[in-house]
Amino acid sequence: MNDFFTVAIITATLASGIRLAVPFLLAALGEAVGQRAGVLNLGVEGVMLIGAFAAYYTALESGSAAFGLLMGLVVGMVMGLIYAFITVVMHAEQGISGIGIYLFGLGFTDLLFQKQVGTPKPISGLQTKPFNWLADDTGRAGELLFSHTILTYVAFLLVPVIYFLITRTTFGLNVRAVGENPQAADTLGVSVNGIRTAAIVIGNTMAGLAGAALALEIGIFQQNLTAGRGFIAIALVYFGAWRPVGVMAGSLLFGIVSSTVLQLQVQDVISGSVASIANMAPAVLTVIVLVVVSRRIGQPAALTRPFTRDS
Amino acid sequence: MLKMSDNQQGSSDGHGIGRYFRPFAGLAVPAGAVIAALAVGAILLGVFGANPLTGYRELFTGAFGGPDELAATALKSIPLMLVGVGICIAFRTGVINIGGEGQIIMGAILATLVALALPDVPRPVLVPLVMIAGGIGGGIWGAIPGALKAYSGVNEILSTIMMNIIAGFFMSFLLEDWLIEPGAIRIQQTKRLSHNADLPILPGGTRLHLGIVVALIVAILGYLLLFRSSLGMRLRAVGHNPHASRAAGMKVELSITQALAFSGACAGIAGAVLVFGSESHRLIGEGGPLAFTQSAGFNGIVTALFGGLHPLFTVLSSYLFGGMLAGGISLQRAVQVPQALVIALNGVVVVFVVGSLKLRTRVQRWAEGDIQMEDRA
Repeated sequence: MNDFFTVAIITATLASGIRLAVPFLLAALGEAVGQRAGVLNLGVEGVMLIGAFAAYYTALESGSAAFGLLMGLVVGMVMGLIYAFITVVMHAEQGISGIGIYLFGLGFTDLLFQKQVGTPKPISGLQTKPFNWLADDTGRAGELLFSHTILTYVAFLLVPVIYFLITRTTFGLNVRAVGENPQAADTLGVSVNGIRTAAIVIGNTMAGLAGAALALEIGIFQQNLTAGRGFIAIALVYFGAWRPVGVMAGSLLFGIVSSTVLQLQVQDVISGSVASIANMAPAVLTVIVLVVVSRRIGQPAALTRPFTRDS
Repeated sequence: MLKMSDNQQGSSDGHGIGRYFRPFAGLAVPAGAVIAALAVGAILLGVFGANPLTGYRELFTGAFGGPDELAATALKSIPLMLVGVGICIAFRTGVINIGGEGQIIMGAILATLVALALPDVPRPVLVPLVMIAGGIGGGIWGAIPGALKAYSGVNEILSTIMMNIIAGFFMSFLLEDWLIEPGAIRIQQTKRLSHNADLPILPGGTRLHLGIVVALIVAILGYLLLFRSSLGMRLRAVGHNPHASRAAGMKVELSITQALAFSGACAGIAGAVLVFGSESHRLIGEGGPLAFTQSAGFNGIVTALFGGLHPLFTVLSSYLFGGMLAGGISLQRAVQVPQALVIALNGVVVVFVVGSLKLRTRVQRWAEGDIQMEDRA
């Protein structure tokens, strides 16, 4: 019982929570960009699965995790272009086409895995730990902050980058404009479809990257590897009220709760049934936060509305 | 999406050559989309070294080739029908219900608890009782996000997704300890539930059970509710224009809550059928929530949309989708392509059909002579 409350274990748990937060963070930040432009993508889960399989399979065949990561990113980008075509050009209802993308990703990656790989073969994850040399010298805090792979730093660095992109650049201003009032943006000469397509591609690329991060972190692939993480990522966007810092807070919450529950279970502090209850906590908390946030902050006004000139 | 079926009620006095095509024009585009999706499937089959024609023949005969196959298809389609009818009610009210998965699970849990508590009640009473329990469990799980949307403005897409997650962990919580079958092997499942709660097998020599009757009854009730009752009229009015409905004195908040409660109840009954119509007659959580629900909470959305958000047509489209699921098994046997292909194809079908709706509206308007294609292109 007391074993859990050593500094070493708490540090390890928090560090692993930060790692577990990375897929949430990447996917949710991307989704936030898309939603700011007025496009809801419920297909994040499917894109994550496709990104995860692409990364896993590439890493398995080439032996290079970095190459796998790159492939996850590329397939995410491709899925973004497809989704943009469906929703922006063809005006498909966004919620439903997202479910279609999810089902496609779920079935397609399972199909490819069974056909191309068959039995779960482990891959080695990303080895580059740029600041690992600092971790040894700086004790516990060092382990917490400096023991991660490059991807973790990239993910957290993207928080200020996306914030800057959305709030301080012309592109970001256009994104917000087409998300709030596409008609007005259009009359000012902003290409609504162009901006939305760009936002969707950014979002899906990050979802692909999130899937790749997950596959490389876990080191294997299996059917439904993401197990609902993509859907949680969508909820985190609302949780964070469409702001990168809020999204990060939510991601860390989900990551740290999962790692803590896992650690408590491994240490035999709590039983499996208590762990299940504890795992519910972030979802329950999200619902509560949604109640608070919905009252306070509205979503982008044109979210889920396709743009036409004549409406 | 919500306006899908509204297009069918266009003016009847279309002019020009288009009027001869009018009854078919609306169907041509989705049918084309399905064919395009099947073509993608054919390419995938070819890529994996299987003859697409053989593959599709196996898929078809596996789904509709004989009494046993037809029954297997019906069994696969029951959860889709039930969830789909619920989706019709929610979507017609303008509420998106992504929470079918969680509602199935909560319905299954409450039904299981009733069967565990009252194992000796005779079958004619217990079977309806567990079905009703399923409906109540799912209904509550739907009503919560419904009320949150209506009274607190919480986006229902988000809350229903969260409710799915909560339900999944709740099932695993119960099956970890409390409801787990006693014994050395700790598989996340209950003991075999009371025989009195088994859904009786229908005569005819197949495995088809009473669940199909339950699904059909729910579909008819769903139809009567939506189109033949004042309650349903209010729901559809709210779906069509909440502001006008409010101005007309309707309780919009109540309607939204009711819609998601009914929607959840239908999914909850599906959960009860999945437990008491299964061959094991247990609640099984092993393999995760998706393994238990067979993704019916998501696939039901698809079948409802294909059924034009009409409960009776949803029965039909669910049966066809059930056929794809049942046929996928023989596809896998015959050409060694995993049945996961069918799930992927479902996704492609959805994307193609939803993606072609704008085109469909345009073709329909053209066929009705309302607009000239050139003007709009």
